[in-house]
Amino acid sequence: MTMTDQPTGVLGSRMLRREDPALLTGEARYTADIAVPGALHLALVRSPYARAKIVSIDTSAAAAMPGVRAVYTGAELADMWAGPMPCAWPVTEDMKNPTHFPLAVSQANYVGDGVACVIAETAEAARDAVEAVMVEYQPLEAVVDLEDALSDRVVIHDEIGTNRSYTWDLKIEDTEGACDAAFAAAAYKVKERYIQQRLIPAAMEPRAVLAVPQPFGGDMTLYSATQVPHILKVMTALTLGIPEHQLRVIAPAVGGGFGSKLNVYAEELLCVGLARRHGVAVRWTETRSEGCQATIHGRGQIQDIELAADADGRLTGLRVRLIGDMGAYLQLVTPGVPLLGAFLYAGVYELPKAFDFSCTSVFTNMTPTDAYRGAGRPEATYAIERAMDSLAYQIGIDPLELRRRNFIPVDKFPYEAYTGLVYDSGNHDGAATLAADMVGYDELRARQAQQNVPGSTKRLGIGLSTYFEMCGLAPSRVLASLNYGAGGWEAATVRVLPTNKVQVVTGTSPHGQGHETAWSMIVAEKLGISPDDVDVLHSDTAIAPLGLDTYGSRSLSVGGVAIAMTCDKVIDKARQIAAHLLEANPDDLEFTGGEFRVAGSPDRTMPLAAIAFEAFTAHNLPDGMEPNLEAHTTYDPPNFSWPFGTHICVVEVDTETGEVEVIKYVAVDDCGNQVNPLIVDGQVHGGVIQGLAQALFEEAVYDADGNLRTSTLAEYLVPAASDVPPVITGHTVTPSPTNQLGVKGVGEAGTIAATPAVINAVVDALSGLGVRNVPMPASPNTVWSIINAAQGGSQ
Amino acid sequence: MIPAAFDYVRASSAEEAISLIGQYGDEAKFLAGGHSLIPLMKLRLAQPTVLIDIGRVSDLSYIRDAGEHIAIGALTRHMDVENSSVLREHVPLLAHATSHVGDPQVRHRGTIGGSLAHADPASDLPATTLALGATYVVTGPNGSREVAAADFYQGYLTSTLAADEMLTEIRVPKMKGAGWSFQKFNRRAQDWAIVGVAAWRRGNESGVGLVNMSSVPVLATSVSAALASGASIDDAAAQAADEADPQADLNASVEYRQHLARVLTRRALTDASS
Amino acid sequence: MEITVTINGKAHTADVEPRQLLVQFIRETVGLTGTNIGCDTSSCGACSIHLDGEAVKSCTLLAVQADGHSVTTIEGMASADGTLHPMQQAFMENHGLQCGYCTPGMVMAATSLLKENPNPTEEEVRIGLEGNLCRCTGYHNIVQSVLACAKG
Repeated sequence: MTMTDQPTGVLGSRMLRREDPALLTGEARYTADIAVPGALHLALVRSPYARAKIVSIDTSAAAAMPGVRAVYTGAELADMWAGPMPCAWPVTEDMKNPTHFPLAVSQANYVGDGVACVIAETAEAARDAVEAVMVEYQPLEAVVDLEDALSDRVVIHDEIGTNRSYTWDLKIEDTEGACDAAFAAAAYKVKERYIQQRLIPAAMEPRAVLAVPQPFGGDMTLYSATQVPHILKVMTALTLGIPEHQLRVIAPAVGGGFGSKLNVYAEELLCVGLARRHGVAVRWTETRSEGCQATIHGRGQIQDIELAADADGRLTGLRVRLIGDMGAYLQLVTPGVPLLGAFLYAGVYELPKAFDFSCTSVFTNMTPTDAYRGAGRPEATYAIERAMDSLAYQIGIDPLELRRRNFIPVDKFPYEAYTGLVYDSGNHDGAATLAADMVGYDELRARQAQQNVPGSTKRLGIGLSTYFEMCGLAPSRVLASLNYGAGGWEAATVRVLPTNKVQVVTGTSPHGQGHETAWSMIVAEKLGISPDDVDVLHSDTAIAPLGLDTYGSRSLSVGGVAIAMTCDKVIDKARQIAAHLLEANPDDLEFTGGEFRVAGSPDRTMPLAAIAFEAFTAHNLPDGMEPNLEAHTTYDPPNFSWPFGTHICVVEVDTETGEVEVIKYVAVDDCGNQVNPLIVDGQVHGGVIQGLAQALFEEAVYDADGNLRTSTLAEYLVPAASDVPPVITGHTVTPSPTNQLGVKGVGEAGTIAATPAVINAVVDALSGLGVRNVPMPASPNTVWSIINAAQGGSQ
Repeated sequence: MIPAAFDYVRASSAEEAISLIGQYGDEAKFLAGGHSLIPLMKLRLAQPTVLIDIGRVSDLSYIRDAGEHIAIGALTRHMDVENSSVLREHVPLLAHATSHVGDPQVRHRGTIGGSLAHADPASDLPATTLALGATYVVTGPNGSREVAAADFYQGYLTSTLAADEMLTEIRVPKMKGAGWSFQKFNRRAQDWAIVGVAAWRRGNESGVGLVNMSSVPVLATSVSAALASGASIDDAAAQAADEADPQADLNASVEYRQHLARVLTRRALTDASS
Repeated sequence: MEITVTINGKAHTADVEPRQLLVQFIRETVGLTGTNIGCDTSSCGACSIHLDGEAVKSCTLLAVQADGHSVTTIEGMASADGTLHPMQQAFMENHGLQCGYCTPGMVMAATSLLKENPNPTEEEVRIGLEGNLCRCTGYHNIVQSVLACAKG
């Protein structure tokens, strides 16, 4: 069957989630909920200094406390590791990667860096003993400013002799000089600097780890609140030097990730290593303050972007210089995050091959950064969408009109972009038109002209953002060209049980997305059965041994498509059996509604249920056919998928207080065909509010000495329901031609689109006061100061 | 997440509580609702060695019409203050301001006395009761004494409460039809105010309390004096920061706080005068 | 010290350290792990339960403070026959949850809210849930769930 048009059966329906009853009743088990009698509790002694030599550590008092089993320093555990903590993305040959062990050995490099650890019989005893570990530090000057770090005035890691990790350029063949020429000939030029503040992902479930050794034979089960059980298994085996086949990783219910659980963390390695050493289960549950300090941060970039445009405002050249904040060490994919954005700096616009991109990344004495919802793509989209508003202002045309002039026309898809990547499908004008209609764009502009008069203290602002998301990571060959340390395939098994119930095994690892529901819908649609008859198994490497997990909006467009392809294989095998039993030619059989029928002979049918049982008994199968009705696929996608859309944010800014109120937010997203619109809307809602939170609320604030001043949820402002608007969603449907479901991906779209839409609205509101840019987060104090500065400047 | 260990004793009456605190001394702390103290203990920023639980002292939970003023038992929960028909009628500013304290879960547990005795200048109620000219009744081993709210706050988290005393009652004068307004400005609804203004006005009389504008709650006396001498609201509000000495923090600079105090005071007085 | 707390209608007596938080008592001593812990500053509300019928944050109470009182946790909301509480049902029907971690606390806060204000406006629901953080849903469908439950 073909699904390139939005289907009308199970697929595309707003089916309620099968995950929900367990989550709603408290029955679901997160890692910290799993009781293992006798498990020891791990607690870490963390550096209170951003950079300090570890002079000495006295563990004797702590070790003597009641209930304490052992206390270890980093030096004492040095022999536990086969290698340092992994970084799987060496983006250049000469990338500098300082040695990073789960516990620092001689020098701590950020506040929260572990320097010693305790295992004890209770969490209380472990926590008390941490306070009794006496560490003598020699504090060293810390580096927290990115440009200061680049100067190498203070070098953080002696062993690499510089704070510069790498410089990566996006080179486009045979275009040397094209960008300079475009700027030389430009009618309009824009040059802006934007700061992507550091963010704390703050998934609601803190990280938690439980390592359970088997008493005999050396097997180990690692439970972790992770997005990536498969990657974690490989990396844990390598880092600890233990046999991978004896390691089983389970991600039980996982309470959100947003990239922060796409990693291999010190505590995971410590729990496994110490459980092996002591022959007893070891567990660790993060406190929120630890989470703020020692779970990866997101964003952290300085972006310099320049646009060149012709007299009509059409883009002719684009130049980008980034400085990426790596933090103190490279975590799993830290260095690759800016690269993921490199391909999106021209957004949804036509750009000639006149593009010049370079990123230099530096170490600082702050928590390591890594992928956070969108990972490089929100940053890129922010820069181009903010710069497009600057260009529109300079030309004196409406920002929507400027965008329309630059959209890649709908009839040019598939479209080979300036980077050589091919955009699968798109209809940007369609999405923008729908969003403008939904928000009442023209009326709002008229109202704005009336409202934003001199002396007005409540100013209306309308902000647009149009975006492309590069998702569905990814064609393995493309990843190879970027030096990524793994492929981008996904695995699926579909097994029709003798009673015509179906087991699906997926390599994706959901943590709130609803894969069990969505995957069951795909199978139901393909096999013509009820979704209730499909069970979806995942997130346990003993049950789903092959997989590359969930991140980068990849699960549906890679893992979901793999399931659909596997269903086709099952149907093919079933067709052979049906043909054999019906004594018909396989080519004459039609499969609809869960049964085969012979074309032209409507009474000659064979239901899948009967075939499943035949395959099980294997009493009467075609010659040479293996018993059982099951198939497996490992799918490597031919291309990324390219969701897109237009978001429009309407704000009112109180110029007396600087307060920004979002009074309307419209999101039009096109993620191709939708498996379950209920889930799609949920992803958009959450993504939008996370992106809005970057624009208005959140920032990991460090002082000059490298102390994190936002280390609890009382200081780090994750907004609540009372602080954010409803999100009005709309959709266009432009199926992807590169996969049989016509799907794209939607997990990060909202986050990518929302941040620039909100800031564009704030700047738009204040445009009449001379404000051209507002840094993030646009807190009331910041907005008030910006208005004052702009007003002062104009006097 | 886990407080340091401590001893726990329970008082069943105010007298017993005072006797216990006399017995344990400086290292002991009263535990009322616990919503100021327990978070500090979990982060180990407070490590009392003894907690005296006064949460079961039921005779300190009441709201009574005492003629010229309303008497509120120190252990009356925020939710009961917020919903009190007596307070809504006679001291609506206090009932309303209390509805802005923390979040509903906090207001189900936190008490007015606990909040006032904690003496956090960023809390809503110290400044509100100050604006209203409240008197606190403080009880110690030698009996009770009355302290004007204006004399109670000595410094950041510091009051005139002696180590062996507890706050037992809050007496708030009836507002007698005064106009009022409570302006709480923050980034998240659940948080402490960046700046808050509690104001009432009745003819030439007024009271303006400022939240988070100094190490103690601030009574903006210059504003009231200006209004009494016939100044416009705009002119009076321009003096709102005169008695303040705010600190900078993550959410606001000193200048911004002073500016907000003036803007919010103007808005509060405009509301209270309409 | 020995305390007795009635949880979901059943009395639980245990000897506890005074510093044990009520949420630890519920999760570790009694073994009801539906109540989650999301922060250490009373900010996130994941640990919300009902104490004598009102929503409170169980991470900001000592277990000894609940001695002699009655607690309802998320496990006590559905009927014995498995029928979801109307609020749970509303969350399911309106996709008011994704990862589910904030959900027990949200359900407890929301039911307490409707008890005090049976017919809230959207604005009142948002303000009423100010003490509960969610990172997945953007709150949109949580608010819709509570409004739907109020309408019955």
